[in-house]
Amino acid sequence: MQKPTSKPTTHNALSATELKTLRLKANEIRRWVIEMVFSAKSGHIGGALSIADVLSVLYFKELNVDPKNPNWDGRDRLALSKGHASAAYYAALALRGFFPKEELLTFRKINSKLQGHAYKGVPGVDVSTGSLGQGICVSLGMALAAKMDGKKHRVYAIIGDGECDEGSVWEAALNAPFRKLDNLTVILDRNEFQNDGSMYNILDTGSMEDKFSSFGWNVISIDGHDMQQIVDAIEEAREAKSKPSVIVAHTIKGKGVSFMENNGSFHGKPPTEDEFEKAIAELDEARSKI
Amino acid sequence: MNVESQRVAYGEELAKLGEKYKDLVVLDADLSTSTHTYMFGNKYPDRFFNLGIDEQNMMGMAAGLALSGKLVFASTFAIFATGRAYDLVRQSIAYNRANVKIVVTHAGLTLGEDGATHQMLEDISLMCGLPGMTVIAPADAPETRRVIHAVTEMDGPCYVRLSREKVPSILEDRQFKIGKGIIVEDGADVSIFSTGITLNIALQAREELKKTGVSAAVLHMPTIKPIDKEMIITSAKKTGRVITVEEHSIYGGLGSRIAEVLGENYPARLQRIAVRDKFGESGKGWELLEKYGISSNEIVRHANEMMG
Repeated sequence: MQKPTSKPTTHNALSATELKTLRLKANEIRRWVIEMVFSAKSGHIGGALSIADVLSVLYFKELNVDPKNPNWDGRDRLALSKGHASAAYYAALALRGFFPKEELLTFRKINSKLQGHAYKGVPGVDVSTGSLGQGICVSLGMALAAKMDGKKHRVYAIIGDGECDEGSVWEAALNAPFRKLDNLTVILDRNEFQNDGSMYNILDTGSMEDKFSSFGWNVISIDGHDMQQIVDAIEEAREAKSKPSVIVAHTIKGKGVSFMENNGSFHGKPPTEDEFEKAIAELDEARSKI
Repeated sequence: MNVESQRVAYGEELAKLGEKYKDLVVLDADLSTSTHTYMFGNKYPDRFFNLGIDEQNMMGMAAGLALSGKLVFASTFAIFATGRAYDLVRQSIAYNRANVKIVVTHAGLTLGEDGATHQMLEDISLMCGLPGMTVIAPADAPETRRVIHAVTEMDGPCYVRLSREKVPSILEDRQFKIGKGIIVEDGADVSIFSTGITLNIALQAREELKKTGVSAAVLHMPTIKPIDKEMIITSAKKTGRVITVEEHSIYGGLGSRIAEVLGENYPARLQRIAVRDKFGESGKGWELLEKYGISSNEIVRHANEMMG
């Protein structure tokens, strides 16, 4: 397991109440992920659980969005480039009030808006994604458009770890610093797993901090499950001038459910009934301790 | 008749439209001197982005710009836009219904000397397969200007296919409407359908056929999707014999589309002229068309066979 190479400076310490809210929301997102994938008998749990804390911070603290007016022009944009983490994304959007939570259980079922991969027809989703290595390119276009128009909103992209095997990620990585897209924050969910298992058995991509740094990015390395660090990183990225920022969020695939953690078999496989019940029990117990 | 370049017409038209359309943004992937988007870039440097040789990123950025309200033109050679970047065109542009105009140059065999690696022959097939994608191949420079103007006015993704070679300005005075074919010359015995720059080959064939008393209609189909079904059916009813010609693969181009329309609506004798399951090679553009059977001689031969 890699560790964060540094720690961002805290300028705004989370109050106990704020911290509690963010943890509760992350726990709810995780619980919904399990419910949704179990109900659909299909979906990607591991990479949804690893990004739940980041999504909690984005939707319950940092993103400037309006659930009542999802297409408001001044909103921050987000491209979930790792579109298979859709369950966590939809759960975060529903919890934030973009659409009723009841709809979450239609995930991946016929006639539902909640398509298997992030879908623009869902209120709050800015771009459909799924095939890897695309959302990051789209986010560059969104950031460039905002720059051209002098608009102040930020653009975020969440990219996966295995996704970084795709060449198009690096086309985008070359372009963003050259165009000085400092209104862009890419969050890399560095969980060290990909579809077929551990990246160390498939394609060890080494230090992402070094790679993005050498491409000219402002690199912030964090523990992607530490709420304060996530907040600090997003706020630090917002202050960066003339460079795009990448937050390398070191995470644990399957985070929050003990037997799913660092277990590659829960990448794209739904839980059995027994596993489902155990997972929900664990998450409920964790919730009672927050 | 003037002989002009579609690419120059494209560059000039873009530069002109930039004045009226303030949201017009042009992207290129290091081929702007060939596609002629540089003409727009010289006039509007703040709205022109030469992104380097990264067609995938270009198509993704095009989608992001369009989803942010920009009217985006993305240009490179046909091979790279539809081959290299296909998945980005499919998911980020077409699936999101992003308002991106993919205008490509150097399509087909007439790319010439660079050879098979750069001669895109299956792009019409690839683009027609994408839900909601409009596909247009203008015949000459004047029509290219009208097409570029028309696609700026339409909402949604589209693909415009241009060629490298200079071509005679046949359609100087003809209207262009998306989805409508153009009866270039009327005729009673055989209907020759063409798309893109092979129109002048079809017209040459018509002249040859006239000498032997065969009256050929020449119909230009600038829009391959949505196709002008009515014109195809009406003409087939009139002549009973249909020949198609295009510089594209025999699979999935204009000939295939016309075969579908006829098969479902009015089965008629049909002969398709296109590249038959082959890669191209180096040579001069017009020589290559001749060698691969995309020629007036072939049209005449088939027409005479049909006339029996």
